[in-house]
Amino acid sequence: MSGASIAFLHASARYEGAAQLAVDDASLEVQPGEFIALVGPSGSGKSTLLRTVNRLVPLERGRIEIDGIDTAGLDPVVMRRGIGYAIQAVGLFAHMNVASNIAVVPSLLGWDRARIDARVDEMLELVRLDPARYRARLPSELSGGEAQRVGVARALAAYPRALLMDEPFGALDAIVRHALQRELHEIVRTAGTTTLFVTHDVNESLLLADRIAIMRNGRIEQCASPHDVLAHPASDYVRELFAADDAVAQIRAQAGKP
Amino acid sequence: MLALAHLALVAAALATALTIALPFGVAIARNERASSIGLGVLGALYTIPSLALLALLVEVVGLGPAPVFVALVIYAQFVLVRNVVAGVRAVDPAQRDAALGMGMSALQRIGRVELPQALPVIVGGVRIAAVAMIALATLGGYVGAGGLGSLIFIGFTLHHQGEIVAGSIVACTLAVGVDIALRMLERLTRTNQKVQREA
Repeated sequence: MSGASIAFLHASARYEGAAQLAVDDASLEVQPGEFIALVGPSGSGKSTLLRTVNRLVPLERGRIEIDGIDTAGLDPVVMRRGIGYAIQAVGLFAHMNVASNIAVVPSLLGWDRARIDARVDEMLELVRLDPARYRARLPSELSGGEAQRVGVARALAAYPRALLMDEPFGALDAIVRHALQRELHEIVRTAGTTTLFVTHDVNESLLLADRIAIMRNGRIEQCASPHDVLAHPASDYVRELFAADDAVAQIRAQAGKP
Repeated sequence: MLALAHLALVAAALATALTIALPFGVAIARNERASSIGLGVLGALYTIPSLALLALLVEVVGLGPAPVFVALVIYAQFVLVRNVVAGVRAVDPAQRDAALGMGMSALQRIGRVELPQALPVIVGGVRIAAVAMIALATLGGYVGAGGLGSLIFIGFTLHHQGEIVAGSIVACTLAVGVDIALRMLERLTRTNQKVQREA
């Protein structure tokens, strides 16, 4: 099971009636199985860039290719069923239980009942939720962390070759967040799923990503490995974004001094 | 019994009204302008005095149950459409976004996510419309539509209190009965509607 390649070729997107471009001439080639973190402040265009991939946001200019195929030529509804999508608010369907939520895309794809049931149990175990205890629960009966785990399970249920995540762990407390980060990393690594992960948390990006794409005002300022971003920031902006982390290092250093 | 004929007329009109109100309501729910125009027009229709509308309809479709049927369908639209719009609008935008992003077509999103969640509000609208229509249908007595209205109308014309009271009591009982039954249905549809709250 390997992931898809995703290529942004001079992609620009604008919200209707807006004066500014939300995504401005973005070019980026994501290799199969790569984990790319999209990092930047609010309004930098990272979520918009993410949503151009599954065509929730239309492109004004340029194109996006998945496995070399221009997405503009594909049926968006069908295409989306092959791309996992997980958002911060999770968006679990309130009137369906956990099992039905996870089963959504497989059922849209016409899998038979037995295959769906088996896959639901498999996904629940993957996200460390005991199927016997969680299958029949309603979203309202889940904690934030449990809900997000179900969201991830739902996004991965139909063997997508690409996964889009928009700040999925942003609303969770630190302990739960760290656990989920580790688990997600392992899951997508093993499955080889190409992952685009939006976050405003630079720590998270350093932890998870093969490469980090820093965005500002709709443009990609730099896309490089965590090491290169720290050692060779492309601009002051990038340097300062990641220097904020130094607060912890500085305090630690101070504590060590006599 | 007359009560059954009365209920049958109301039920038929309600079913017909729903088949119009549901798609119409879903269609205008997303669009701010469309919904205010749509609801505005229906609201205006709603304020037309029922007897006047009935008289107008008799000119068009003649006497009997037909004009009452049409009048009921028209009056029901306002309440039904308003509740369909409210119900659909109340669906969590994150769920709509997730549904779209996962690869549901617009129709699938409406059928699998929005309408099931809008159901309690829609059933509430059906309840309100049904009760109003039971009362309204009694006007059928004036145009030979049958039902409890004819009983009331006979009593009215012959100055017999008995018929008036009998017809009115049965109509009221029907209305209360339907209200109770639909309230239970509403409560049933509400059991699964708690929205996920962030921890």
